[in-house]
Amino acid sequence: MSQGTGHYYVPAPSKWPIVGSSAIFFLGFGAAMTMNKIPAGYYMLGIGFAILIYMLFGWFGDVARESEEGKYGMQEDKSFRWGMSWFIFSEVMFFCAFFGALFYMRVLSIPWLADVNHDLLWPNFTADWPTAGPGIAEKFTPMGAWGLPAFNTFLLLTSGVTVTLAHWALKQNRRPALKMWLLATVVLGATFLACQIYEYGHAYADLNLKLTSGAYGSTFFMLTGFHGFHVTLGTIMLTVIYFRCAAGHFKPEHHFGFEGVAWYWHFVDVVWLGLFIFVYLL
Amino acid sequence: MAVVQDVHGHHDHHPSGIMRWVMTTNHKDIGTMYLWFSFAMFMVGGFLAMGIRAELFMPGIQILEPQLFNSFTTLHGLIMVFGAIMPAFVGLANWQVPLMVGAPDMAFARMNNWSFWLLPVAGLLLISSFFVPGGAAAGGWTFYPPLSAQGGLGVDMMIFAIHILGASSIMGSINIITTILNMRAPGMTLMKMPLFVWTWLITAYLLVLVMPVLAGCVTMLLTDRHFGTTFFNAAGGGDPVLFQHIFWFFGHPEVYIMILPAFGIVSEIIPTFSRKPLFGYSSMVYATASIAILSCVVWAHHMFTVGMPAVGQLFFMYATMLIAVPTGVKVFNWTATMWRGSMTFETPMLFSIGFVFLFVIGGFSGVVCAIVPIDIQVQDTYYVIAHFHYVLVSGALFSIFGAVYYWLPKWTGHMYDTKLANLHFWLSMIFFNVAFFVQHFLGLAGMPRRIPDYSLQFADFNMISSIGAFGFGLTQLLFLYVVIKCIRGGEKAADKPWEGATTLEWTLPSPAPYHSFETPPVIK
Repeated sequence: MSQGTGHYYVPAPSKWPIVGSSAIFFLGFGAAMTMNKIPAGYYMLGIGFAILIYMLFGWFGDVARESEEGKYGMQEDKSFRWGMSWFIFSEVMFFCAFFGALFYMRVLSIPWLADVNHDLLWPNFTADWPTAGPGIAEKFTPMGAWGLPAFNTFLLLTSGVTVTLAHWALKQNRRPALKMWLLATVVLGATFLACQIYEYGHAYADLNLKLTSGAYGSTFFMLTGFHGFHVTLGTIMLTVIYFRCAAGHFKPEHHFGFEGVAWYWHFVDVVWLGLFIFVYLL
Repeated sequence: MAVVQDVHGHHDHHPSGIMRWVMTTNHKDIGTMYLWFSFAMFMVGGFLAMGIRAELFMPGIQILEPQLFNSFTTLHGLIMVFGAIMPAFVGLANWQVPLMVGAPDMAFARMNNWSFWLLPVAGLLLISSFFVPGGAAAGGWTFYPPLSAQGGLGVDMMIFAIHILGASSIMGSINIITTILNMRAPGMTLMKMPLFVWTWLITAYLLVLVMPVLAGCVTMLLTDRHFGTTFFNAAGGGDPVLFQHIFWFFGHPEVYIMILPAFGIVSEIIPTFSRKPLFGYSSMVYATASIAILSCVVWAHHMFTVGMPAVGQLFFMYATMLIAVPTGVKVFNWTATMWRGSMTFETPMLFSIGFVFLFVIGGFSGVVCAIVPIDIQVQDTYYVIAHFHYVLVSGALFSIFGAVYYWLPKWTGHMYDTKLANLHFWLSMIFFNVAFFVQHFLGLAGMPRRIPDYSLQFADFNMISSIGAFGFGLTQLLFLYVVIKCIRGGEKAADKPWEGATTLEWTLPSPAPYHSFETPPVIK
């Protein structure tokens, strides 16, 4: 609950926040300009990403160094735990917005568009799901659940097991097993992403299912897309942790960097289960 | 028992000049920057307000073209909410939460700096959007589609500004929650925390809950605008009303995000100058939590005229009215704290009493707006404008003024100029009411909001309102003068300039040293 020892590590003045803000400056203006087809926007985005990557390396590098130097005690560890938990909670709420949009369309707006009040406007529209909505004529085939998506579910669930095995190995100080299971998790995550990319290609090429395919296309691509983006981040994080393990970082009793990433990985896993049920299955 | 600080032992390496502020990890520096940024944005938002009131001074189009007028109202709202009020509260939290819980600094000192330095970027995006082709966003601060699906670069700049502000708020909130939950001095149990800390804990929870939803909302708007999704487009099975649901799921807790810390501030100031402990401390905590929970299930009362099943209207009406109960508990407790106290009326106390008085007016007009048949009449009229300025200006802003006067002696080591500060209060109080009270009548008579021109029968009240607004705006320059004067000198402040104050920050010297509570105090 409160300060046990009275030692709390307060870092020295750091350039990373302002470096990060200048990255965000370029990214914000660059993105707004790119969306409006102003050529300078692409350059600004490029500069922004470059600075952002530099900042991420520098900042996380500092944190990893401080951790290895033993500057973080029990109380700092607890701060990181609270911080990561609330961050994941905020991510959950971000996905809630998109799930909310999906439920609203399926339960409310699409039946409303097909009801008797809209007969004059959309006479032939029926409230079926999947649908592109009453005003989009282009036909598409929805994505089935039991092919690649089911395999992807299997991949992610397995990766949840392997990351836990890695954690056990870390706690028992079995370093080779730790590295092996962690590598397996990274490979499973990367395979998932590869499957997802293949699925998107299949959707566009064979099913005529696009981001512009109305309600179904919007929710399908935005939900799976943001999830895929989070899996990408998670895989990068796991890769970083793998190299840190290879460099001898983390101790059996002190390894929040590892645990934070594992929590994040379980979070993307759980989001996927929601996606599999509500986007693919139902 | 010293804090492990990297700079210890080689203070000479501490960056000085501008770099001190840019690279700082000190909660007091960051709090100061938040407060100054907030004041700068308050001036920008105030300038826009003056433009709006100047246009509305007389009927007819005088100085602002309708499109620019719409940009002014839109950016006035966004800048005041996200640029002035919220950063001011975060600045106060940065300064005070570590001092009040006996912590050496915020839990994540570097991230704290980043959450501040994101704000100027967002501010720049918003302000510079006035100068791009097509101008700034003009669809109102709530940017409903389909209006916001139109518009050019300015709307996209607004969307990315909101993304950045949201990221800043989420980081700031995580920092505050972690500091409160993990960095309290030994012996300070949750139910011994000062109420300002309690209200900020609950506010920060609300922020982490709803800010990501706003991020999702503007993301959908962005993809609808540029990538052909149809979230808010009925032709594709979506619904513009969906936007309103998502927006107000964020937006209603947001208004409590802007008032709960104000409740906390007033709950610190009133006991101090009544020289009595706060009446009903635990009921205050529970009332704050109840308000926060209720605020998440009332959002559609902003949408009564959109079209909603009667059951929905009834639910949202009753749920909204229910919030009056915990709010009433608070007002009762503040009044009961003052009851038979040995009261004195220093400037912070004046602002707090002004707060209670005027916030209650805003609260009651809120209950009026919650009643469906009445809301259908007053929706989008000046009645609503009057209502939310009574809770946001004489509510949130007055509490911020009170807090600044209350803690200025601790921050600067000097007493502020009492006469001028009291003048600031009285001028603010009078001009505020001149500006906004008449707007109730305008609204009830049917004057719509967000329109640059009006019918002749509204002319007198509009002129009165504009005079009040100009007076209120000018008065704030006096506030700036008082603060600068206090920073530059003045009567030396005692460590505890208010005899009735009880919280931990008053055990420190004035001005508070750069590093405080390196050894945690023990609370009995």
